[in-house]
Amino acid sequence: MDAIQFLIQQQSEIIEIVLLSLLVSGSATIISALIGIPLGAWIGLNNFVGKGLLLRIVYTLMALPPVLAGLVVYLILSRSGPLGELEWLFTPSAMVIAQCLLVTPIITGLSAAAIASKEGIIYDHARSLGATRMQAVWTVISESRTGIIAGIMTGFGRAFAEVGAVMLVGGNIRHYTRVLTTAIILETRQGNFEMGVALGVILLILSFIVSSIVLLNAKDFNLGEV
Amino acid sequence: MMRINKLPLVLMLIVALMVGLVPATMAAEKVESTMTLATTTSTQDSGLLDYLIPIFEKEYKTTVKVIAVGSGQAMEMGKKGDADVLLVHSRAAEDAFMAGKFGSVRKDVMYNQFLIVGPKSDPAKIKGMTDVKAAFKKIATAKKKFVSRGDNSGTHTKELSIWTALKVTPAGRWYVESGQGMGDTLMMANEMNAYTLTDEATYLSWQKKTGLKEMVRGDKLLLNPYGVIAVNPAKYPKIHNKAAMAFVEFMTGSKGQALIGEFGKEKYGKALFTPSAK
Amino acid sequence: MNLFEITHLTKVYRDRTVLSIDKLYLERERIYAVLGPNGAGKSTLLRILNLLVEPDSGDIKFVDGQLLKQGHKSYDMARRMCMVFQRPLMFSTSVYNNVAYGLRLRKLPHREIERRVSEAIDFVGMQDFINYPATKLSGGEMQRVALARALVLRPEVLLLDEPTANLDPHSVQVIEEIVRKHHQQFGTSVIMVTHNLFQAKRMADEVILLVGGEVVEKSNAEDFFNNPSNERSKAFLDGTMVY
Repeated sequence: MDAIQFLIQQQSEIIEIVLLSLLVSGSATIISALIGIPLGAWIGLNNFVGKGLLLRIVYTLMALPPVLAGLVVYLILSRSGPLGELEWLFTPSAMVIAQCLLVTPIITGLSAAAIASKEGIIYDHARSLGATRMQAVWTVISESRTGIIAGIMTGFGRAFAEVGAVMLVGGNIRHYTRVLTTAIILETRQGNFEMGVALGVILLILSFIVSSIVLLNAKDFNLGEV
Repeated sequence: MMRINKLPLVLMLIVALMVGLVPATMAAEKVESTMTLATTTSTQDSGLLDYLIPIFEKEYKTTVKVIAVGSGQAMEMGKKGDADVLLVHSRAAEDAFMAGKFGSVRKDVMYNQFLIVGPKSDPAKIKGMTDVKAAFKKIATAKKKFVSRGDNSGTHTKELSIWTALKVTPAGRWYVESGQGMGDTLMMANEMNAYTLTDEATYLSWQKKTGLKEMVRGDKLLLNPYGVIAVNPAKYPKIHNKAAMAFVEFMTGSKGQALIGEFGKEKYGKALFTPSAK
Repeated sequence: MNLFEITHLTKVYRDRTVLSIDKLYLERERIYAVLGPNGAGKSTLLRILNLLVEPDSGDIKFVDGQLLKQGHKSYDMARRMCMVFQRPLMFSTSVYNNVAYGLRLRKLPHREIERRVSEAIDFVGMQDFINYPATKLSGGEMQRVALARALVLRPEVLLLDEPTANLDPHSVQVIEEIVRKHHQQFGTSVIMVTHNLFQAKRMADEVILLVGGEVVEKSNAEDFFNNPSNERSKAFLDGTMVY
């Protein structure tokens, strides 16, 4: 097939695109997890005035359209925008920021839900066995890991598969900000449907590999040593 | 504290690996200067830029970041200072852009043709006509399906100017606005047995996929001129004006013009663009 | 020295008083059964003793010190007791790691943890499951691991909240045997909330009957079952108490 021949010919460029896709979405997911897990844990573990409203806001942001996230980041990073001095527009950094906007609410919301569902009983067990407040909180988080990891994977999936935000703030620049999804758009626009599908298959295979690696490690992710 | 164990470590390792690899693969492109070209999708999708840009980059030792969007969005990027040079085809908007002092130089580069294309059955009987206004009139009167880009692109602007000249406001079930790029719009027209206005370059590269036939060509109104504009550095000092000026020189100089005149001959048997710099 | 000296203890949920104990002294090295109808405040009492629930008022003295005084809680003292819940929660890891949890929190040397954990697992007869994932055990096995997880800490008092309520007869027998054996060998005090009168008869030295958050009767088990001094105790034992 033409597409397969083309894939082989363009091997080095495709590898570059794949690596950038993983780098951008991977970094966005890690940054979002560093924000979202503590925030979700805090929401899940505490009762406070306005918790319901905060959760509704988080759940609403889980449905933030990628194009809108991209547009907001675009306007902020534009030379005429507040952070124009940084000259980050049309760079991978801008793509990471836009994807963080999409992924952080997902990881926050799903972590909060996972933690809240088991919070009381785990917390009591840990306290009764002599855990301090912080140790008990850590135990709750660690015991909610299945849900939290599901949140991280959902977030990564959203980042990896979205095109609206990275297209707008990255600009689909060849050798610089072109990722799998924007490459698919470009191929489709040029009428190279087979190539678009082939890149899509690569994207799905990578998604499969990433989730397999994470789940494999999730098995070992347990209380271990205190 | 408990051990978090391997998961974050593995993730970090992956990232470290990628951070290590990506600059290595991009190092070749890193020269002392870069610039951003905002252009229409037609120049990228036709393959013209893939053909011209590497030659320009080599000659001027610069890296061009190509951002292919609609003409409208490209000029908006120029106004915000997010692009250094524009290659667009929307003459009226280009003039307004220059009048607003957003650009420092504008030059004609080339033109290609717009065509009316449509299904082989030609339900409005316009095949072979040379008067585009008359052809549009016939489609509207017969209420035969017509797909419009509807996206404020150069092609859309051209189409609207023809309707305006006819004093016809296209509306109704026969008039479909796709809101998509040229290629998708051609596909849609084919699926719907509809007519559409297209630039020749995109039409030729999609011809095999769509099966749409050329209906009307040759009217002076259907000329599609492309202009190159260097964004005014007075507004945004960080604009890469020297590279932008170099690009204007290249595109309108004898070498660039000759290259444009050759492009497409090998693949389609004829040039897709006609050089027109004065 | 008494085990617990509870004074003026009250706990209100919304506007319902679930616990109101003016004075209750418990002795060391005994097995207490806390009986009473649903909603009598039995579990709440146990949770307050373990500092898992904060009462609205009251002080508690524990052996040689003040566990709770004017809202000030001594978690160091709470570490000298341990609770086993009706539905034991197993941490999603091996039986070994579950039992080691409390010792690791206390930062004991690796060697000692290993020794004490395998002792405790032997004590509850779960040595064949030491590396087995705890969440895949049966209910009775989980409760045995939960007991080992508590006993490994060598608590002075074991708080049991209906530990056999969901178990089959054989498991009930095993659990009771473990508790009794530990009590006999180490003199561990036991406070056991139960619904099961027969279990109280089998296990308890002393019985406390709670009704509506108040202590109706506290007496020697034999006396309680044979000669209840209180009308409400009689009604409870006859099954004629309506609640």
